[in-house]
Amino acid sequence: MIRSELIAKIAEENPHLFQRDVEKIVNTIFEEIVEAMARGDRVELRGFGAFSVKKRDARTGRNPRTGDTVEVEEKHVPFFKTGKLLRDRLNGEDS
Amino acid sequence: MSEKTLTRMDLSEAVFREVGLSRNESAQLVESVLQHVSDALVRGETVKISSFGTFSVRAKSSRMGRNPKTGEEVPISPRRVLSFRPSHLMKDRVAEGNAR
Repeated sequence: MIRSELIAKIAEENPHLFQRDVEKIVNTIFEEIVEAMARGDRVELRGFGAFSVKKRDARTGRNPRTGDTVEVEEKHVPFFKTGKLLRDRLNGEDS
Repeated sequence: MSEKTLTRMDLSEAVFREVGLSRNESAQLVESVLQHVSDALVRGETVKISSFGTFSVRAKSSRMGRNPKTGEEVPISPRRVLSFRPSHLMKDRVAEGNAR
């Protein structure tokens, strides 16, 4: 499923809404999550999962091709942990 | 880092603000989006949201595990796990936003 298919499904279930509003709704939800993480915040969606930011310490890396050592700076990366309900549903424990 | 935790409520508040639906309907739509994404994943589909990321379901075969407390071997049944791969855009925005 891609973004446009998700929008189509929501639009189908909500015939009273304009297509452009449905697009805005779906885009706002994902945009809000990215903005939160860009601020270093967590987004916890019970039953679905939690988005958070993890810090990767600076390290000395190696260029695998040349073997040269390179200094890799500290950085922050997005992380998602699946919620319990969704994890259970993926494994057929119905609810 | 501010380290605030956002919830469904903050997402529906954003929908309320941006789209101008009622708070109640905004909340229902947030729920419905999460529900559709979950349902697709449970069906085994990959969910790809451009400029956000990709959720995919991977099957893991059974393996022997060990109870770390007792050292006892226990079989771990085959299972499906969800993995999320953030888009480049998300990675860049998270890295830039949190850089000192």
